[in-house]
Amino acid sequence: MDDLIDDDSPGNAPEFTVSELSGAVKRTIEGSFAHVRVRGEIGRLSRPRSGHVYLDLKDDRSVLASVIWKGVASRLSHAPEEGMEVIATGRLTTFAGQSKYQLVIEDLRPAGAGALMAMLEKRRAALAAEGLFDESRKQKLPFLPDVIGVVTSPSGAVIRDILHRLRDRFPRHVLIWPVAVQGEKCAPEVARAIRGFNAMPEGGPIPRPDLLIVARGGGSLEDLWGFNDEAVVRAAADSRIPLISAVGHETDTTLIDFASDQRAPTPTAAAEIAVPVRMDLLNWLRTQEGYLSRGVTQALGLRRQRLGDLSRGLPRPDSLLDAPRQRLDRLVLQLGPALRHATQIRRRELDHLASNLNPALERAVSSKRLALGRASAGLSPARLASTLRSRRERLTSLAGRLDPSRLSARQSTARDRLDDLSRRFDRAARADLRTRRDKLSSLGRLLATLGYEATLQRGYAVIRGGDSVVTRLAQAEGQPALEIEFADGKLGVTPTSASPRPKASKSPKKDPPPDQGSLF
Amino acid sequence: MSDEKPIEKMSFEEAIREFEQVVTALDRGDVALEESINLYKRGAALKAHCETKLKQAEEQVEQITLDAGGQPTGTTPAEGL
Repeated sequence: MDDLIDDDSPGNAPEFTVSELSGAVKRTIEGSFAHVRVRGEIGRLSRPRSGHVYLDLKDDRSVLASVIWKGVASRLSHAPEEGMEVIATGRLTTFAGQSKYQLVIEDLRPAGAGALMAMLEKRRAALAAEGLFDESRKQKLPFLPDVIGVVTSPSGAVIRDILHRLRDRFPRHVLIWPVAVQGEKCAPEVARAIRGFNAMPEGGPIPRPDLLIVARGGGSLEDLWGFNDEAVVRAAADSRIPLISAVGHETDTTLIDFASDQRAPTPTAAAEIAVPVRMDLLNWLRTQEGYLSRGVTQALGLRRQRLGDLSRGLPRPDSLLDAPRQRLDRLVLQLGPALRHATQIRRRELDHLASNLNPALERAVSSKRLALGRASAGLSPARLASTLRSRRERLTSLAGRLDPSRLSARQSTARDRLDDLSRRFDRAARADLRTRRDKLSSLGRLLATLGYEATLQRGYAVIRGGDSVVTRLAQAEGQPALEIEFADGKLGVTPTSASPRPKASKSPKKDPPPDQGSLF
Repeated sequence: MSDEKPIEKMSFEEAIREFEQVVTALDRGDVALEESINLYKRGAALKAHCETKLKQAEEQVEQITLDAGGQPTGTTPAEGL
């Protein structure tokens, strides 16, 4: 105990509590290192949700824990990245609860151009790998934009240069979206401006530009750094409005130049790219108008000439008939020969057909012969025999029915009848002949008694005048000559006069008086 | 040829492209007469439209006004630039 007390006996050294000591250390460190610049490489780096950035600064032997509070981190022109060589400005502070100290960074800058370029190249490669810089993404710039959106500082020389050049070439409607062109605000504002122009609706209160120019004058690499920002590059790549980038001088290249549709070396050049020269266009238009007039005049002239040429080539109306008329004549002349020719052709055809006739006949005969051959092939002795047999059978049956006795009976009956008829005929014929002979002789006798010749025998005569028998005096008086027929002959007389006779002399012999008269 | 689109709605570029085609076609001289007259009329109209567009070239410069959040609220004429 004593030893302990001895050992622990207070000397000159004052006794501190842990907190007192820690506080003393804190005061010492923070007092001595309230503003330091330290160069180192960024090691492990973390960004929790709080927005503060925790990182290690290191060199080959030591590590310095560092923090960038949220408010500072958002203002940094260069976001810290692992492996980045930086110069940090800030103050040292202790963290008593864990016996630690750290650097609270108030500014962080890349340590020189080399470091920045290295970082830029790394970022460029990463964005290129994403395809943001592909040629296929490039849009064609409008020939003559109506509204041009310019993203730049409203107060710099840049916008003056652009407007001046636009004025010279082709005055346009220009919308300026004011942005900070350097410092921490630059990148977010430029990105927001590009997206803001793209968000403007067609026909909205603010006319939507059909071309964007993102411009900034020349400056140091760090001045231009905002245009290397990933947000700016992505906004430019996403822009649906064709975008011309014109950042810095011709030798300066920022990442937005890779993402834009066209890079202009200077803001002035951007204006030249943006619009054509109006006077050139007007001149061109006038030239074209000349071509237009000339074209239509030529078209008319050519056709007028052609019409004239064709009109001269048009034949006289009556000459139009010449050819048909001639044709008619020719045809008429050809008609006779054609007829003869046609007849000859027909005759030849006929001859041809006639010459074919015999062969045709022979063909027909041979075909018939063939048919006959086929038919005769069908004629078999067996069939013939069978036919013959059936016929014979029929004959036999018919013959069987033939009875000679019946035939002879019929014959004798007919003969008896014939005999009887013959006898009756003879008898009848003989009787008839006798009757007819008797009748003839009696008629002959009757005829003899009735005939006038017999009367002539008895002294009467017949007097004829001409061809007719005269029985009346009046008849006889008219006749030049009369003929008297006697029983043995005829005598011609001429009447001399006529005297009517008394009725007593009337008798069958009326003719004799003239005879007698002449006798007297 | 985009005969369907009314000329007055054409952009300068569209109008001038068609105008060029019209002139080329007419200059070639192989279009029908009727067609060439129609072409001429159309060409004249296109040319007038182009000329109007060219003469309309009035400078107008405005600056976008932004609210506290950086959103556009309107425009204000930009003077003295």
